[in-house]
Amino acid sequence: MNASRLPAAEFEAEEVLRAAHAADVGRDQEPGGEMLQVLSSDGSMAGGMAAEVAGSTVDFAPYLSATDAPHLRSLYRDMFLIRRFDQESTALQRQGQLALWVPLTGQEAAQIGSGRALQPQDYAFPTYREHGVALTRGVRFDEILRLFRGVTNGGWDPRERNFHLYTLVLAAQSLHAVGYAMGMQRDQLADPSLPQGVSVAYFGDGASSEGDIHESMVFAASFDAPVVFFCQNNQWAISVPSSVQTKVPLAKRAEGYGFPGVRVDGNDVVAVEAVMRWALEHARTGKGPVLIEAYTYRMSAHTTADDPTKYRLSRDEQEWQTRDPLARLEAYLRTAGLADESFFEELGAEARSMATDLREAVLSMTAPDLESRFAAVYAEPHPLVQEELRFFQQYEAGFADEGKHA
Amino acid sequence: MTLKTFNLPDVGEGLTEAEIVQWKVAPGATVSVNDIICEIETAKSLVELSSPYAGTVSELLVPEGETIEVGTPIISVEDASVSGSGNEHDGAGPGVTAPQDTSGHGSSGTAWPPAPGANHGRSAADSSSPDQDPVPVPEMPGEIAGPRAGGSPAREAAAPGAAPAEPTPGPLVGTGPKADAVRRRPRKPQAAPVSGAHVGSQQGHAAATRLDEQQASDQAGHAGGPEPARQAAAVEVRPESGTAPAQSEGMAPQARVNPLNQLINRVLAKPPVRKAARDLGINLADVPATGSAGEVTKQDLMSYQSQRDAEQDGADSFWTDRKLLGGGRIERIPVRGVRKATAKAMVQSAFTAPHVSIFVDVDASRTMEFVKRLKASRDFEGIKVSPLLILAKAVIWAAARNPSVNATWSDDEILVKHFMNLGIAAATPRGLMVPNIKDAQDLSLKELALALNDLATTARAGKTQPAQMQGGTLTITNIGALGIDTGTPIINPGEVAIVAFGTIKQKPWVLDGEVIPRWITTLGGSFDHRVVDGDLSARFMADVASILEEPALLLD
Repeated sequence: MNASRLPAAEFEAEEVLRAAHAADVGRDQEPGGEMLQVLSSDGSMAGGMAAEVAGSTVDFAPYLSATDAPHLRSLYRDMFLIRRFDQESTALQRQGQLALWVPLTGQEAAQIGSGRALQPQDYAFPTYREHGVALTRGVRFDEILRLFRGVTNGGWDPRERNFHLYTLVLAAQSLHAVGYAMGMQRDQLADPSLPQGVSVAYFGDGASSEGDIHESMVFAASFDAPVVFFCQNNQWAISVPSSVQTKVPLAKRAEGYGFPGVRVDGNDVVAVEAVMRWALEHARTGKGPVLIEAYTYRMSAHTTADDPTKYRLSRDEQEWQTRDPLARLEAYLRTAGLADESFFEELGAEARSMATDLREAVLSMTAPDLESRFAAVYAEPHPLVQEELRFFQQYEAGFADEGKHA
Repeated sequence: MTLKTFNLPDVGEGLTEAEIVQWKVAPGATVSVNDIICEIETAKSLVELSSPYAGTVSELLVPEGETIEVGTPIISVEDASVSGSGNEHDGAGPGVTAPQDTSGHGSSGTAWPPAPGANHGRSAADSSSPDQDPVPVPEMPGEIAGPRAGGSPAREAAAPGAAPAEPTPGPLVGTGPKADAVRRRPRKPQAAPVSGAHVGSQQGHAAATRLDEQQASDQAGHAGGPEPARQAAAVEVRPESGTAPAQSEGMAPQARVNPLNQLINRVLAKPPVRKAARDLGINLADVPATGSAGEVTKQDLMSYQSQRDAEQDGADSFWTDRKLLGGGRIERIPVRGVRKATAKAMVQSAFTAPHVSIFVDVDASRTMEFVKRLKASRDFEGIKVSPLLILAKAVIWAAARNPSVNATWSDDEILVKHFMNLGIAAATPRGLMVPNIKDAQDLSLKELALALNDLATTARAGKTQPAQMQGGTLTITNIGALGIDTGTPIINPGEVAIVAFGTIKQKPWVLDGEVIPRWITTLGGSFDHRVVDGDLSARFMADVASILEEPALLLD
């Protein structure tokens, strides 16, 4: 009965995968030419970086910090710490201490490079994987994990760090970012003494297919909003390859909206930082938005509830491992003599103690009192909520004999 | 020294249970925080669990192969020292990293059965160097001083993909059908004899169906190829473990049935539908399937059941039992499934109302006698009684037993009427008219006779009112009045059946082997095939015929 329709999905999936992959391979080899890069995967640093952006040649040399040894070491430190943090968090999830974890391994350069380029008055709107950007904005590691342990809906005060809460709804934050940018634009008009800020929308190749991205880009272009769209193209939207999301390099989409788009090697922290600095300056000086596509790779699973071995080839993963963002910077630091063995040893020790502290902090987190929820409804006390709170307190008091959570 | 137990966590989102596939540690082994202790298989994937404690493994609380619920204690670890000591051993040696790395890609699918290389490497590390603390987390660039000191060239030589490339811990999950599996197909020839046998056995899929889980999954791997990784691994490992399994496998295949094939031939339905069908005693294979993937849907089942019920019982109470109809007189049976499909096909192949006509010769001698007695009875004095009266009664009786003939087709519903407005085709001065007798089912024989007379008189006088012609549910056309034996009547629009009453005359008839003259008539019937299938129309006609043959049946 209808057997002809049955041949299960697995078989077709294989064909689809093969076909998609073939297309992928063909494209992946080529885009290197258009991708901005100074630090190649073998650890050699190029002299400069320039590109044709929106019709004019842009020299990124002034934005590069390729020769600043302390700065490079600090970039490496950030990337190293965030990767160690990622691993410890994954382990904590596996041990039942976190409900879920969203790994970032592979995207350290894109996040640290872009985050470090931000100025204090700038405001970043992350998705849920921007742990590296969080680090650069001063969010503590354990604050990030509070959300994933399920003891809070946020974890930090976004106004303190100019780093918005993680947005779990795909692409919604791009609208927030553009709206915020337009707000800053108007504040600036009203009070020119305010520091000129830029907002940054972080999103991924998967979110790029969402209507929200389109809408936000249209508005950003229309109002020359001071916003940078920072797209980490990590190749996989859970199990959907980026070749399915887009037929052209994502950066090229900016052209259609009428603002510049740049594709940068997302695993080259130096290049990412330089391009981000340029883009922020572009937006800050009233020239309108910029789209940056950081071409990178999600080396791990989408989340701890995902199993990438089911949909992608280990050959690809191995191939991307040779482009590891940490490895190339380490190689450069070592061969150029900018960091000695003791630097790496100390960093390792720092990461270990960070992991130990983090574990302790997570284990000591306590679930919030239900009573505190009543304070989270309105900014100011509300009569109805207060009444409900009183009812709740009375109700809870009725269980006093058996303990609060009997 | 405290004993700590580790409970099975939910490693996915909302998983409730998992199977312990393999323990990576044994009692007495020293573990640090984040050491891999075991591999579990969840509904989603194979996952490596790491230890949250440092210390000495005291006991493994769950054996390999057992499926347990989330929250069940699986291991106890004796805490050797203050917490956090495990981290001090971080980076002591790359021991565990290597196997983990392999399993991340090449062999993660092979925990069952384990790829020989990974397995050996690990067990060696576990047993022979217990004091060497393995690295708690995958290698980090720069974290390990020793082996790295040589600088990058040495690193590159030592580890393909360059040491820093290893920081990827892998997702700590793996196995199952893998994307990579596609690439491993070339290995298949090794398994050719085995899978060949399976292919052969596919033809005999109707044979024994009971397979234990392992066999089933094993075979699914062989036949379907979604898991060639397993297949390949199995083929590699088996010779190692002895030749006996291989031989028995060579002999077994004929008894085996390819479960994939069984799956393909199985009627598709979602579990709740299967259960409902089982509860109702309905064989799913009998139910026409309309699901988008060819599956039997809940509605298919319900519509099948309601049709079955409606046709099987309720003849006795049919006219009166309206409780189920919520007080209404019209029962609405949604037109779904095969009914709709059949209808569509019929309309397409014929014109709009696909007619099916059937005929039956009937010995109406007893009807003639009955009519004769009625004419003589005092009750029917002055009332015109004809065989048509008996036929009308027979049709009403038979319709209750076969309700679908007393119905209306609308495109998505069959309206089965629990009342009978019996139409009588009548030649009138204005042409053919089909006035009907309202609620004929409620009339006694005498009342029915009066109604027939009244109707005929009015019609012949050309005084039939439009209201009298509306709402008919089934029609009789008395072509016998014109001396015609039979014909194929055309169904009155809005109805689905019409009965043609041929002339009654004496004919030779074989009764108990002897040819004798009997009063014979031919009943003809046309049925709208969209509603009334062949078997139903035949049953209906046979029922009508049986009354003409033996009017006494009306008394039951």
